[in-house]
Amino acid sequence: MLEARSVTVRIGMRKLLDDVSLQVAAGEIVAVVGENGAGKSTLLKLLAGDRLPAAARVDGSVWIAGRELVAWSLAERARLRAVLPQRPELAFAFTAREVAAFGRYPVSTRWHDRRDREIVDAALALADATQLADREVTTLSGGEQARVHLATAFAQLWEIEHLQPRFLLLDEPTAALDLAHQHALLVTARAFAARRNIGILAILHDLNLAATYADRVVVLHRGRMLAQGAPGDVLQPATIAAGFGVAAQVLRHPLTGGLLIATAAVDPSA
Amino acid sequence: MTASGVAAPRRLPGRAVLVGLALLLVTVVVLAVGHGSFRVAPLDVLRILASNAGLDVGSVDPRQVAVLNSIRLPRVLLAVIAGAGLAVAGALMQGLFRNPLADPTLIGVSSGGALAAAFVIVLGATWLPGISKVLGAWTLPLAAFLGALAVTLVVYRIGAAGGFLSLPSVLLAGIALNALAMAGVGLLSYLASDEQLRNLTFWSFGSLGGATWSMLTAVVPLALVAVVAGSLLARPLNALALGETQATHIGVDVLAVKRATIVLTALAVGSLVAAAGVIGFVGLVAPHAIRLACGPDHRIVLPGAALLGAVLLVFADALARTVVAPAELPIGILTATLGGPFFLVLLLRRRGQIGL
Repeated sequence: MLEARSVTVRIGMRKLLDDVSLQVAAGEIVAVVGENGAGKSTLLKLLAGDRLPAAARVDGSVWIAGRELVAWSLAERARLRAVLPQRPELAFAFTAREVAAFGRYPVSTRWHDRRDREIVDAALALADATQLADREVTTLSGGEQARVHLATAFAQLWEIEHLQPRFLLLDEPTAALDLAHQHALLVTARAFAARRNIGILAILHDLNLAATYADRVVVLHRGRMLAQGAPGDVLQPATIAAGFGVAAQVLRHPLTGGLLIATAAVDPSA
Repeated sequence: MTASGVAAPRRLPGRAVLVGLALLLVTVVVLAVGHGSFRVAPLDVLRILASNAGLDVGSVDPRQVAVLNSIRLPRVLLAVIAGAGLAVAGALMQGLFRNPLADPTLIGVSSGGALAAAFVIVLGATWLPGISKVLGAWTLPLAAFLGALAVTLVVYRIGAAGGFLSLPSVLLAGIALNALAMAGVGLLSYLASDEQLRNLTFWSFGSLGGATWSMLTAVVPLALVAVVAGSLLARPLNALALGETQATHIGVDVLAVKRATIVLTALAVGSLVAAAGVIGFVGLVAPHAIRLACGPDHRIVLPGAALLGAVLLVFADALARTVVAPAELPIGILTATLGGPFFLVLLLRRRGQIGL
């Protein structure tokens, strides 16, 4: 279980998060949605154990696999969860294969380990980045870089160790991707996680992606939890209007039979 | 589906390059030891080295032995350790600042060491006589280490404000501290006696002419610690290329790596500045050349830069002491003449990427 227990984050008088509690179970996908500034990234940073701005005051606690996050060492955390950042950086001209191999850092200490190489190649294939393997990542497009860094996260969580619950945090993973890769990423991540007892928390902007791939949806609004539950229960016109300030209608998807959420600007004259 | 991006240029196999550089270094050292106004043939050099090691190689010319053992060998060994130490310091600093343009001389680390060393030379006898008595030959290297460390810390603090490392701030802070340190050295040279002044000029230009065995016993261990321990940081430095946050996510103790890198850089630069003055650009050129040839993996870049830096400096020193013979060119002037244009080309090629 990855868990935030009544977390509040303040900077001065402003509350970035206000008494938010959230659980991600192993094997499930939780989508976090909300407008800009709703506190999604702050929540993900907190769950990842990232450093918040020095002025931030945090109340509440984050728990992972039965212990408080701060009680795990950095190396232990790296074996419990992987994070796909929103805007990955890279300083030197490493190849995609080398970047994916960074995912083996917490697990392997050998230089040329055959098993590591096989895992890295498999992770690249899973992220549809095999054909990028020998290219310098600094020269790739944003979407291609995102796929390479996804391969890094896959390589990091590749082992199935004692069915220990583990977690994958995705910060707007689809932002730089084309349509096909948006679906491919979520399908692949879901299959990867299901086989390995990994829970996924993903920040998503596209409500239809959230409705299609998430087991549960969490709506944040101005730092507060507006709603959470099954997509069908949470993604209702009233909640969407309150959370995003847009008009919404929930339809049946003609291709999949799932939810289809149509949105439009609120008519100012209405 | 098509993929964009440039295929990585063909890289040379890292380990083969390391072996090749090691062999090259041995060759260059043997040639450099014999090279100079008093020539010793390479075979004689090898025989003398063997007889030093206690092997029976027949009779050796005692004049050659004297020149080699008391003048050439310490000087070439200092060139080896200075080249390796400065190159590793440069590679460490570039890994830490995540930028291939970082260099200890450019951001004031060397001048910080030089200022501390100048302080000890000029005012040490009056202000800290007790300390020099206790530390002996170690006083100068340790002082230079502390000076270099102080500058590195300040530059890092200013450049990394807000958890984000901005290279322009690092360079500007480095320029300011460089100017301050040089002003300090200038002030001290104003106070200095004639003999102290000769010592000081040597600091600002860099020279391996002061190499003696007793100095080497103080400098070599310090610089060697930096080179060896620095090489152990290769994997975490690779991961640091991802940025501090993502490096933390894969289990790197970023704070510990940063601290170790800063201390080791200051250790190498400080002790070498104390021994040889300010020698620029080795730390820039050597790691960059290895990265071009073998890719950016620090497990190759760190040892490779150490070997290449040593080769370059042994070569440069051999040039410095013969090109205007019987006079001697300060080696810092030579490396700056060669390294300055190199840096400018690098800067022009990467201008878009460093936000300047």
